Amino acid sequence: MCGIVGLYAKSDLIRDTLGQHVGAMLTQMGERGPDSAGAAFYSESAANSKVTVQHDESAHIDSIAALVGQTIPDAVLRRRGTHLVIESPGTQSDMESWVREKFPDLRVMSAGEKIEIYKEKGHPSEFVSNYALSEITGSHALAHTRMATESAITTSHSHPFSTGLDLCLVHNGSLSNHNRLRVKLADAGIRFETDNDSEVAAGYLTWRLSKGDSLRQALAAAIRDLDGFYTFAIGTRDGFAVLRDPVACKPAVLAETNDWVAMSSEYRAIAQLPGAEKARVWEPAPAKIYTWEGNQSGEVAA
Amino acid sequence: MASFNLADSTVRELNQHLHGSVAGKVSVDNPGGKHSVAVGATDAHDVEINGNVGYYCAGMNAEASIVVNGHAGPGLAENMMSGRVRVTGSASQYCAATAHGGLVVIEGDASSRCGISMKGVDIVVKGNVGHMSAFMAQTGRLVVCGDAGDALGDSIYEAQLYIRGNVESLGADCEEKEMRAEHKEALRGLLESAGISEFSVDEFKRYGSARKLYNFNIDNASSY
Repeated sequence: MCGIVGLYAKSDLIRDTLGQHVGAMLTQMGERGPDSAGAAFYSESAANSKVTVQHDESAHIDSIAALVGQTIPDAVLRRRGTHLVIESPGTQSDMESWVREKFPDLRVMSAGEKIEIYKEKGHPSEFVSNYALSEITGSHALAHTRMATESAITTSHSHPFSTGLDLCLVHNGSLSNHNRLRVKLADAGIRFETDNDSEVAAGYLTWRLSKGDSLRQALAAAIRDLDGFYTFAIGTRDGFAVLRDPVACKPAVLAETNDWVAMSSEYRAIAQLPGAEKARVWEPAPAKIYTWEGNQSGEVAA
Repeated sequence: MASFNLADSTVRELNQHLHGSVAGKVSVDNPGGKHSVAVGATDAHDVEINGNVGYYCAGMNAEASIVVNGHAGPGLAENMMSGRVRVTGSASQYCAATAHGGLVVIEGDASSRCGISMKGVDIVVKGNVGHMSAFMAQTGRLVVCGDAGDALGDSIYEAQLYIRGNVESLGADCEEKEMRAEHKEALRGLLESAGISEFSVDEFKRYGSARKLYNFNIDNASSY
């Protein structure tokens, strides 16, 4: 199974309460994925770049925070659970490389201008309260609840997976050609942390985008090259995209009001949002790419 | 009249009411996309649900008339035996799957696999149906006033399909058939039961089984 939720704010009211709504939606999807949960939030940075890192030991994160604070005095540091967000004046890719080089034992969850990824094993309702999602504001977010079916339950195996600067992927489904594809992508220089199938889909998008594809082109190619079942939601700097495989067994529902655009595996997550009963609700068609970016929406056949 | 507000009471309380109490009017508010709303009714209850429902609404229904004023999630009226189900919005995947009898009316669209393995139910969809609809449909009738997606009626047995709009593609062993007077009469009756009067039966085409794949024949291997 697995559950996906996505929320894009069209009004200040939703931007200011984004985390609260995403938390309510995610809790509803707990039954679909009780093993782990994660979320990608997008909000303005206080500086040029944001890098989110994670380590299972809280004390270690404290010492890393102290070291980063000494090295980059301008950095703004925020702790959330076992995660640390570093906002700094450096460029996004420089910051990511710097963190990877200086602190190789940390997991880099995300890097970019706006993205922050948090994920943890355990029930989604614990994640929502332990990570105080209700405090988080921002323009949009994607979140995931995981029911592990093909690989281990760890923080690294949880979604969302970063697929490049300000990009991430969440997945409901299972891929059948991920082992061979992982070898091919690793040869092309894509880094994998786990044996998880969804991480291969993320790596595949990273690879296509690094070759110069637009997100749409990369997703269209994914339909050709990824074998299996999927509903994907892809977070971008300015919005999100949704894609279902051509057989479309995995559920997905979209809804829109004047205040928000929402995506979920099930309507009961969307029912948590203000004005849901008056929303336009529809099911995304198979093999069609749906996007919302900066109040621009689109639907194209992949 | 019995009323259930699913913001306060449980789906089980509602369903237990439908499993044995004297048939009557039942009103359901705030379904909030919950699963298995109004499942397994055994008597001629008259159920009205105000809002969108989740998976498996009206499953295994016998005798009851169930109206959803909203959209329905996957598996609406699955394995229904008799009675009526009406959805004023759209229905998600595999609506009326394996249903044996009764009438299901979708005023909006039904998505993929509508009427999969249907076994005698009548389904009337005012809008479109998605891909693989009426897959392995055994008996019963499916009426689509809009378009049908890919692979309509794949591996169909004896169900009858009436489609007004475009069919994206026919599945294996499904073919267009002659629309004779008795078919027009049957279709007229179905549209009337569904309360749909804006379309003429002359606008529909009939599809059904070519009956070539009932038994394995090596000459047909490429069609499977």
